[in-house]
Order: sequence, then structure tokens, then C-alpha cells
Amino acid sequence: MKRTFGSALAGLGATGLLLLPAMALAADDKPKLDTGDTAWMLTSTALVLMMTVPGLALFYGGMVRKKNVLATVMQSFAVTCLVTVLWMVITYSLAFTPGNAFIGGMGRFFLNGMGLDAVNDLAKTIPESVYMTFQMTFAIITPALITGAFAERMKFSALMWFMGLWAIVVYAPIAHWVWGGGFLGDWGVLDYAGGTVVHINAGVAGLVCALVLGKRKGYGTDNMAPHNLVLSVIGASLLWVGWFGFNAGSATAANTNAGMAMAVTQIATAAAALAWMFAEWMTRGKPSVLGIVSGAVAGLVAITPASGFVNPTGALVIGIVAGVVCFWAATSLKKMLGYDDSLDAFGVHGVGGFVGAMLTGVFAVEAIGGEGKKGLIDGNGAQVLTQLWGCLVTMAWCAVATFIILKAIDVAIGLRVTTEEEVEGLDINLHGETVH
Amino acid sequence: MKLVSAIIKPFKLDDVRDALTGVGVSGLTVSEVKGFGRQKGQTEIYRGAEYLVSFLPKVKIEIVVDDTQVERAVEAIQKAAHTGKIGDGKIFVTAVEQAVRIRTGEQGSNAL
Repeated sequence: MKRTFGSALAGLGATGLLLLPAMALAADDKPKLDTGDTAWMLTSTALVLMMTVPGLALFYGGMVRKKNVLATVMQSFAVTCLVTVLWMVITYSLAFTPGNAFIGGMGRFFLNGMGLDAVNDLAKTIPESVYMTFQMTFAIITPALITGAFAERMKFSALMWFMGLWAIVVYAPIAHWVWGGGFLGDWGVLDYAGGTVVHINAGVAGLVCALVLGKRKGYGTDNMAPHNLVLSVIGASLLWVGWFGFNAGSATAANTNAGMAMAVTQIATAAAALAWMFAEWMTRGKPSVLGIVSGAVAGLVAITPASGFVNPTGALVIGIVAGVVCFWAATSLKKMLGYDDSLDAFGVHGVGGFVGAMLTGVFAVEAIGGEGKKGLIDGNGAQVLTQLWGCLVTMAWCAVATFIILKAIDVAIGLRVTTEEEVEGLDINLHGETVH
Repeated sequence: MKLVSAIIKPFKLDDVRDALTGVGVSGLTVSEVKGFGRQKGQTEIYRGAEYLVSFLPKVKIEIVVDDTQVERAVEAIQKAAHTGKIGDGKIFVTAVEQAVRIRTGEQGSNAL
């Protein structure tokens, strides 16, 4: 915002000094709400919510077997509701109010004191109610992404406990570390819209879930083909559109940064979709529908941390690399290591998030990101190491905390459905309903 | 009377229907079926996970014709459904004891 005010002042100075006193007053007095910014952030918030319901619900729902469709879409929907209430009660305050380097304050428990006029210092030109809800939609999609890793086998009761605890113990602190005034942000880790906070976090948690829960019965021998890829295509497309709210919305303003974030998001997504498609075409013989949409999601993931810092050329390279690397992770790495990450939450979000976070350290340029926000190609090779530290810290906290939460729930109520329930399907056994 | 059942490739259905109409067959029953013969299954690949689908989609048509029509009907199906590639399907002929037209109660060949 400093640069915006600065250029506005320069412009005013050129056109007439008469207006200057009023503008100067606005600049040093408490910041003024901006209707344009507010309108864009209201829109962005709705777009990001659309990514989870129905976007992610459909994307995942189409990829499972027919007997587990409802259970899978239910997971995204229930997480949306649960995280919303928790965000209101406790997690917003822990993540986005001033505290120490590790965790935020308690001043906004139950959104206490958040009236019409309230403004969060992290986004001074929009009402805090909008900023809080915008950040809430990120807190929603992150745990919802994890559900892809343990799809088709987790108990619903265990899922509710896991998601609630994870939102508090893992998401809130990591969001605070990077965006809420915590130590990763202070170290200079660049994460525009959530490469570490959202995608590495969800991906690593997913990997731990896949390892702790174990493989689905019949994995590697039974036919586990997706029951309806049209749903997945619709879901992926909604994710793509919604992602403009995610990345361009992370400017928290309707400004030049938002515009460039939107452009690079589109470019990286298309490049990654093509890269995955061609990689698959060359190695497996056919360009699959699931392949091209998975590639698009990989591109969206990888450009997320970079979207406010790179130019279109950087975005193109990030997209291509993400498409190929995530293709390799979802098809070869998974087979090599033998874990059953059902819908590739780790292969796409964990690996794509890592690729994006690291390449942000390579392709960030000051001309886009602003003062001091530059990477290897702009003469600041040290940024790559900073990014690596950010990734490692996130992975370590996420993996350890996720593991402990899962083990505790397993001891208390058990994580997995019975073999009989799993074979018959979760829809009828957990929810008493069937699809079609 | 004979029941002629034919398992054919789905895309040949219209050709077979036209051919049968051409030889005077006045009705037929169609079902979508799955199965396998000498043509083995297909491989589906989803993010690198390969599944062998051993049952392929086919169309089954059933007609009941008078004994005098059987040869022509079978020949019509055989010609129309033919591509020369493996998986073209099969035709089975079985005897039928009785036929009844529900609306009128007519029986035997008159009911066809």
C-alpha cells in the first residue's frame, strides 16, 4: 500500500497541489477503507469458497468408486462447516491477530470486538469481517485437500475429530508463521497465496494419513477406476476459476498486483496441464482426461506461492516443471514408495507446493513483488535457501503434529472403517445413502 | 420358429437393424451387454494405475422368426455386423416352442 499511496501522491502533486493536504491526512491517519478493494475481496472470498464446495468435492467425488461418492463429497462439505465454526471461535484469532512469533493472540476469540469498523493491520483497506472470511476460505480448503489422501477408508467420526484438531494445531500456527506476523514471514519466506501454508501443509498431512491409515483393501489388485470423470473435470474447472480469488485475492486489494497474479495463474495452469498431458502421452501412449485436469491443478498449486512475485515467463517455466514433476510423483513415485495416497493429495499438492515454493525463490523479481522480494534470477540466490527452510519447517511441524493427532484418535475411537464396511462402501455404511 | 440371438459390436447396431428390416423381420429386442470372447479386454490407465477391463461392451439383439426366414436373417446379420476384425461377435439359433401376441391372443407364426 505504501507504493500505491506514494504514486497517488506523485500524481496529485503533478495535477494540483490543492488536493494534497486531504490526501496526506488520509495517508498518515488511520487507513481508509477502499470500496474497490472491498468489492474485489468480497468476490474473491466467494470464489475461494467455491473451490471447496463444490469444486474440490466434485473433483474428488468423481475419482472414487461409486460406492464412496457421497462419503467423499460429504467430507469436503462437513470440513467446510466445521472449520467455519472453529475459525469463528478460535483459529482466526490464533492465526491472524498479533501475538508472538509462533502463535497469534486471543483477542478475537468468538470474533470478540470485530464490529463494522474493525480493520486488521494485515489488510488495511478492507473491513476485518471481509478479511476474516477471506482467510477462512483458505483455512477450509486446506484440510479438505487432505481428504484425498485417505479417501474410501476413514471413519467419518474420526475425520471430524482429525479435521478439528488439525485446523487448530497445524493450520492456525503455520498460517501465523507465514502470514500472521510469525517467524517464517520475518525470515523472508515468500508465500504469496499458500504454497507452504496450504499446499505443502495439506500434502504432507495427506502423506502421513496415507501411511498411518494404510492401503485400501484390494489396492494394487482390485479395479479402483474413477466412477465418473466428468464430475472431476467439472470440479477441476471450478477449482481453476476459483483460484483467481485465491491468488489474485491474495493481493488483498484490487490493484496491479492482483492483475498480474491473475495473469500468471492462468499461464502456469495451462502450461502445467499441457506438460502433464504430453508427459503422459509420451510415456503411457494416451493423453488422458484425468491427466490434463490433474496437470491443471498441479499448475495452480505450484504458481500459488509465486503468483505475486513472478512475471509471465517465470510462470510459464513453473507451470511446465510442475506438470512434469507432479505427473512423475503421482504415477511413479507413489508406486515406487508403495503408499496409497488415493487421490494424490501428496503427489499433486505436497510435491506441487514444494516445486512452487522453491521456484518462487528462483523466479521472484523485484519489479513484480516489490522492494526486496527477489529471487535467484534477480540476483538473490539466498532466497532459494530461505524458501527451502520455510518448506522444511512447515513439513516438520505438519508431519509430527499430524502423526500425533492421528495416533491419538486411533487409540481413542479408531481411524478406519471395518473391512466389511470398506468393501460394501462408505456411502451406505457411514451415511445410509447411495448415489444414482 | 427360431430365436436368433446375436452378440455384435455396438456401432454395427443400425446396420444390422436395416439389414433385418430388409429381409422382412418386423421387430427385434436390443440389450446392452458386456462379455468377452477371443478379443481380450482393454487396459485403462488412471494416473499410472493400470486396470485390465476384461469385459467389453457389446450389443445383444434377439429376434424370433419363422423357420423359412431363419437363413436369410442369419445371413443378413452376419453380413451387416462383419468387420473382419476380432470381436465381431456371434450368432446363436435356438428352437422356440410357442409365441403369443398379448394384444390379440394370436399364437405361433401369426404372433410374430
